[in-house]
Amino acid sequence: MHPLLRTVLQRLALGLLTLWVVSLIVFAMVEMLPGNFAQAVLGQSATPEAVENFNKRAGLDRPVLERYAEWMAGAVQGDFGVTFSSLTNTGGTVRTVASVIGPRLANTLFLGCTVAVVAVPLALILGLLAALYRNSVFDRLVNLTTLTSISVPEFLVGYILMLFLAVRNPWFYSLATVDSETSFWQHIARIGLPVLTLVLVIVAHMMRMTRAAIINLLASPFVEMARLKGMPPSRVIWHHALPNAWAPIANVIALNLAYLVVGVVVVEVVFAYPGIGHLMVTAVQTRDIPVVQACAIIFALVYILLNLLADIVSIATNPRLLHPR
Amino acid sequence: MTAEADNAAAGPAEVEPITGRRRRSRLSRAAMALRKAPLSAKFGLIVILAYVFVAVFANWLAPYGESEIVGAQYEVWSDKFFFGTDQIGRDMLSRLIYGARNTIGIAFLTTALAFVLGSMLGLLASVVGGWLDQGLARLVDVLMAIPGLIFALVLLSIFGTSVVNLILIIAVLDSTRVFRLCRAVAMNVVVMDFVEAARLQGEKLPWIMAREVLPNIMPPMVAEFGLRFCFVFLTIAALSFLGLGIQPPTADWGSMVRENATLINYGDITPLLPAGAIALLTVSVNFVVDWFLHMSSGLRDEH
Repeated sequence: MHPLLRTVLQRLALGLLTLWVVSLIVFAMVEMLPGNFAQAVLGQSATPEAVENFNKRAGLDRPVLERYAEWMAGAVQGDFGVTFSSLTNTGGTVRTVASVIGPRLANTLFLGCTVAVVAVPLALILGLLAALYRNSVFDRLVNLTTLTSISVPEFLVGYILMLFLAVRNPWFYSLATVDSETSFWQHIARIGLPVLTLVLVIVAHMMRMTRAAIINLLASPFVEMARLKGMPPSRVIWHHALPNAWAPIANVIALNLAYLVVGVVVVEVVFAYPGIGHLMVTAVQTRDIPVVQACAIIFALVYILLNLLADIVSIATNPRLLHPR
Repeated sequence: MTAEADNAAAGPAEVEPITGRRRRSRLSRAAMALRKAPLSAKFGLIVILAYVFVAVFANWLAPYGESEIVGAQYEVWSDKFFFGTDQIGRDMLSRLIYGARNTIGIAFLTTALAFVLGSMLGLLASVVGGWLDQGLARLVDVLMAIPGLIFALVLLSIFGTSVVNLILIIAVLDSTRVFRLCRAVAMNVVVMDFVEAARLQGEKLPWIMAREVLPNIMPPMVAEFGLRFCFVFLTIAALSFLGLGIQPPTADWGSMVRENATLINYGDITPLLPAGAIALLTVSVNFVVDWFLHMSSGLRDEH
């Protein structure tokens, strides 16, 4: 087997293992709950019959292992069971978690992809410029913005943008309300502010890390050698430095896109965007455990996949990593 | 011990002994360093001191009580209510002042707890080694495989939202990062001769952890404390903003933003005040940490 393929498969297996352990933790945490869960969901005034009924309908009266196996088998096929919120009101229609999450997941992925498409090239170009002209005014400015933007909460950025770009000057929509009827271009227009907020939050970080990676490379002996033999600077950058920079840059990109996972939760709430982050927050408030579990697993999956991708890219572009010490 | 510490991972330039023998020279050295500090660090220090002052003397500074309803809903800025009133008629300025105490206090407590837990386990893992080390490291790897905020959301949905739960959950989740750093730095110290000597001398585990290893990993840990404080502070603010952190009627900056957010749609900047207060503090702490890192090591990439 090709050594690269073997390493990739190894990483993939490790990622799956991690995901499995995460699912185990997410599932087991409900079991560690002190006291009766149904009581907590239904409230103190719930009658014993209501509690028993709830337990039966949610399947909480069966043994743990049986429930875990069933949940796991369903989760692999995208079926995360039934929402608690539809179980508490007796007689209401039963809604599956998948039917609640499906359209919202699509919305969140759309938002995330748009942010990535805008932020990644922007951050790489700015980071490269900051590295090339380091210690200039431009570089100082980049440093200052980075430091500020990593210390400012996302909701502040979101609300400032909303105030100045939507309320005082009506250039953007202040709320990103979309539904299944919204057309593609309308959708893009609606999410203008959430995208801008997330781009501002992650670009600064990505830029700073790109800058550090490139500065590190520019200080290495082979770049110095290329310079000393009189090679034009543009050729040094494109043919000597950049091919070696792909691994760290891939890491930077994956790390920051993974950070998006956290960013979307807050930003979706600020702009009332019907995404999976907003859904998760609502589910936590109403203690709708199946929905929370499903959201957590999806977030973990995306997070682990992105990190895996970064690993694979850095191994593929730097064969030395194939042979760990 | 200074010589040995120079070889440690972060390469601290000088490690001050924690004994009180050279108190005076340490004080004067600190004063000297402060005079030479860059403008950003001085600014940061002053802001942090001001915040601490406001937090400690909140009772005397606030014109009204913490959750006292003193006016109509959403009153505008006036002489009576400096920043107006909030959604149920409580004085905004008073809530901002009390918020300093609650928000900073809870974040500080959480960070401190995370550090006690994380650094104790980290020291234990590095000094004892073997299966304990491996087990803890793998556990932390798994905990760090999901973003902290998502994990916190899952835990909060199960245990319910209360301040005690919030502190415990964030502290445990954050201690994983402290554990990582502490273990990595301590690993470099544990292999040194003086630790070996202490072991051969028959010193007990707590002594080796607290008196041999800990003093030599202080500078990176102190810097980490600042950074982690910012992170915890922002996480708690984000959770409170989502309505899952500090619960009303406790005044807290994160939830104040959420409660008054509708004002933004009328072009009022009042909801931005608590958010700005959060940002100003984290920026200041970052400035000071940057300066500290710059002083204690060569971590900055300035050639």
